[in-house]
Amino acid sequence: MPVLTGVSFRLAPGQGLVLRGANGIGKTTLLRTIAGLQPQLSGSIEGAGERAGYASHADGIKPALTVTETLQFWADLYRSTLPEEVFDLFDLADLRDRSAGTLSAGQGRRLGLARLAVISREVLLLDEPTVSLDAFSVKRFASFLRDHHLARGGIAVIATHIDLGLDLPEMDLTPYRAAPEARGGSDEAFL
Amino acid sequence: MSIWSYANPRKFLETTAPWVPWLMWLSAAVLAVGLVWGFFFTPEAERFGSSVKIIYLHVPSALMAINAWLMMLVASLIWLVRRHHVSALAARAAAPIGMVMTLIALVTGAIWGQPMWGTWWAWDPRLTSFLILFLFYLGYIALWAAIPDPDSAADLTSVLCLVGSVFAILSRYAVNFWNQGLHQGASLSLDSQENVADVFWLPLLVCMAGFVLLFVSLVLLRTGTEIRARRIAAMRARARRAEPVRA
Amino acid sequence: MRALLARDLRLAVRAGGGFGLGLAFFLIVVVLVPFGVGPETAILARIAPGILWVAALLAALLSLDRIFALDHEDGSLPLLATAPLPLEMLALAKALAHWITTGLPLVVAAPLLGVLLHLPGAAMPWLLVSLALGTPALSLIGTFGAALTVGLRRGGLLMSLIVLPLYVPVLIFGAEAARRGAEGLPAATPLLLLAGIALGCAALLPFATAAALRVTLR
Repeated sequence: MPVLTGVSFRLAPGQGLVLRGANGIGKTTLLRTIAGLQPQLSGSIEGAGERAGYASHADGIKPALTVTETLQFWADLYRSTLPEEVFDLFDLADLRDRSAGTLSAGQGRRLGLARLAVISREVLLLDEPTVSLDAFSVKRFASFLRDHHLARGGIAVIATHIDLGLDLPEMDLTPYRAAPEARGGSDEAFL
Repeated sequence: MSIWSYANPRKFLETTAPWVPWLMWLSAAVLAVGLVWGFFFTPEAERFGSSVKIIYLHVPSALMAINAWLMMLVASLIWLVRRHHVSALAARAAAPIGMVMTLIALVTGAIWGQPMWGTWWAWDPRLTSFLILFLFYLGYIALWAAIPDPDSAADLTSVLCLVGSVFAILSRYAVNFWNQGLHQGASLSLDSQENVADVFWLPLLVCMAGFVLLFVSLVLLRTGTEIRARRIAAMRARARRAEPVRA
Repeated sequence: MRALLARDLRLAVRAGGGFGLGLAFFLIVVVLVPFGVGPETAILARIAPGILWVAALLAALLSLDRIFALDHEDGSLPLLATAPLPLEMLALAKALAHWITTGLPLVVAAPLLGVLLHLPGAAMPWLLVSLALGTPALSLIGTFGAALTVGLRRGGLLMSLIVLPLYVPVLIFGAEAARRGAEGLPAATPLLLLAGIALGCAALLPFATAAALRVTLR
């Protein structure tokens, strides 16, 4: 069934966009659709697909693997190398050989976000990336996005409630909420 | 006008709903004629005694058990290719009917087998194949029932139906390979009617026609029910969404 | 694909990975059978191929729901799905990891358990070959069943209901090959048919599994 209608934006290399709106408005749906995890009911998405890296609010961390093994796995899967700077960027240097199961929530989140630096995708789709991060880590993550991603011509679409301090344009999804009588979706055929 | 216009749920319902009661009566009449003719107005076979008369239930139900699965396979393919909801719902509607047909075939087979072979159950290839078919129906119906989202359920059950069909055919040949049984060969199937005398054959044909009619009318009825249930769900969802979002 | 396979194998052998559970289950089922049917050598030898095959099948079934369920719970599945690895290859890697962690140990342990059940020595190679050919098919079929039921409550029970009927042809040809081997009859035909099924599963089922995953990921 339709969640959002009429959403349209275009991002050039180096540009980011922050998605705003109340819980349940469809931020996650929009990001998952751009990531190709679910089909759009109508319209088109260009330039994402193979170039997109997606981060959901779950980090997909395996407790049995160490921090280095986790990141090495993602590097191997994306056929890239594990850059040494990742550990410093996300303040994981001391945790390298810790098993991911013993990390705190904030440390786990940092490990999850470090994946984004490893997979080196041009378009990052971030769903609430700062949940359970402390203020210092939020600042670090913001500077990663600015200096290591956007500054290098990357694109980011971020759904978040807090201010990352990046001066990115914002888009409030509230006006795009699909009206109850909006057309499209599988219910349509039955009414 | 193309046949696909009936894929619209409303059009389908409008077209089929008036026919369902008539089809029901027709199938009841044809079945009554076939069964009464078969049970009371055919001579007893020399070798089989009166127990042979159960073929008027056994053979048509076995026929429909397989045909129901074939119909589900076609409907699943139509859903996967053309995304017509009626098709997916028809497959869903046919499954329990097919399962009951399989059960009737198994039970009548057992009842017939008792006097014939002296045992209620034998691991004969045909009986075993039907038992496996019964399990396939069970899994298919359980998967439909377990998935909350109707479109996902339709997709996943269609994939299962496709894969299941291949494995059902494989099982059929595997079971044949595993045990050459004591079943009545194909003497009761369409391609070798000369094996069965006309006196038995004609009422059997009437019974088969009755079962086909019964199946068609039940599928139409159940598909209509499924469509109405989906309409109610869609209307409820719409009514819920019309309430303002609490920010 | 190699990266995913390595990760899954590593996860399986580490603490909490459940490696060896299937093997232990296999052992226990086989040990329980003589208690059920009595200790006579002749009876045990006669039913040994079938028992070993059914026990191997149940042991493989036991660990199926771990294939995707854990990745679904911790949110890895959408991350893996957006990686450059096609979902078909992901399905194949998962099935392969399942086979290496459950199927292969079963094949290795089968001769030992065959001795417990007085399986004739001549039947041993046939049993081994039939299991080696059949267990990959069991893993591939099971991965398909697991993909159909990812994220469903009581998915495990439902999955058994869906997967077990699909196991019938593999079981029939596998056990038949082992049985014919035990009785000194030519066993090549069921073995070839079993190999055909295994190859067919490897060629086609990853596509069905990927199609199911695409739906469950929505």
